[in-house]
Amino acid sequence: MTIDWSAFTPWSALIGGALIGLAASLLALGNGRVAGISGIVGGLLAPQRGETAWRLAFVGGLLAAPWAYRLVAAMPRLRFDSSWGVLIVAGLLVGFGSRLGSGCTSGHGVCGLSRLSPRSFVATLTFMAAGFATVFVVRHLIGA
Amino acid sequence: MLNLSALLAGLLFGLGLIVSGMANPAKVTGFLDLAGRWDPSLGVVMAGAIGVGLVGFGLAKRRTVSLLGAPMQLPASTAIDARLIAGALMFGIGWGLAGICPGPALVAFSAGAPQALVFVLAMLIGMALHRITAGRR
Repeated sequence: MTIDWSAFTPWSALIGGALIGLAASLLALGNGRVAGISGIVGGLLAPQRGETAWRLAFVGGLLAAPWAYRLVAAMPRLRFDSSWGVLIVAGLLVGFGSRLGSGCTSGHGVCGLSRLSPRSFVATLTFMAAGFATVFVVRHLIGA
Repeated sequence: MLNLSALLAGLLFGLGLIVSGMANPAKVTGFLDLAGRWDPSLGVVMAGAIGVGLVGFGLAKRRTVSLLGAPMQLPASTAIDARLIAGALMFGIGWGLAGICPGPALVAFSAGAPQALVFVLAMLIGMALHRITAGRR
């Protein structure tokens, strides 16, 4: 392993991370809800009474973020290296898997670990390991 | 008020993803590529988020009603079962393939990235497929 010091951005990572933690804390303390994006979006696909408005509001806020950011600074460049086919397969896996496993990076990773939930700890270790292994196979074994 | 609070939480969450660089898939795969030139940023993002989250959820866990008067509905499940592991494995493979997870996908979509639109549509189909198959059990 060699650390890519030129790519490493510790301060913006720390500040951005703290904002994410603040957002999750706000939803927990204010609304009594966990800020799991896959759960919030998934709940919109199976609407229940009283369960739609706050989810739409949260997703609306998420979608407004790039526009709010642009009021202050230029959006940073987003680089996608995947082909369209890989994007589709990845999206299907992320959608199905996050619902089957009841959470994603936000629900299990951020909120679950903050709640000190052993279940989320196991889920986070599992998807991190799967992510590391997948990138290893794709970049170093297949050599894409 | 609850919807305003949720809107603000979503906005802050999205801004956090942009500021931290996590809306950029190349940054995420840079973290997941342990054997290549490794970018530790995602680990620092998690540390920052959990550092603040520990305080927020520590306070939230003691409450039965939220500050705005809503019932606390934090996850109650503690089951570590095959579904959890299989779901996390599938999610992790998809995450590793493209470097995109649900939050950043929505932010990048709104920022105008066509790749994110394709990813979000596939993700919604994946969620719907889970709902259909789960309904049969």
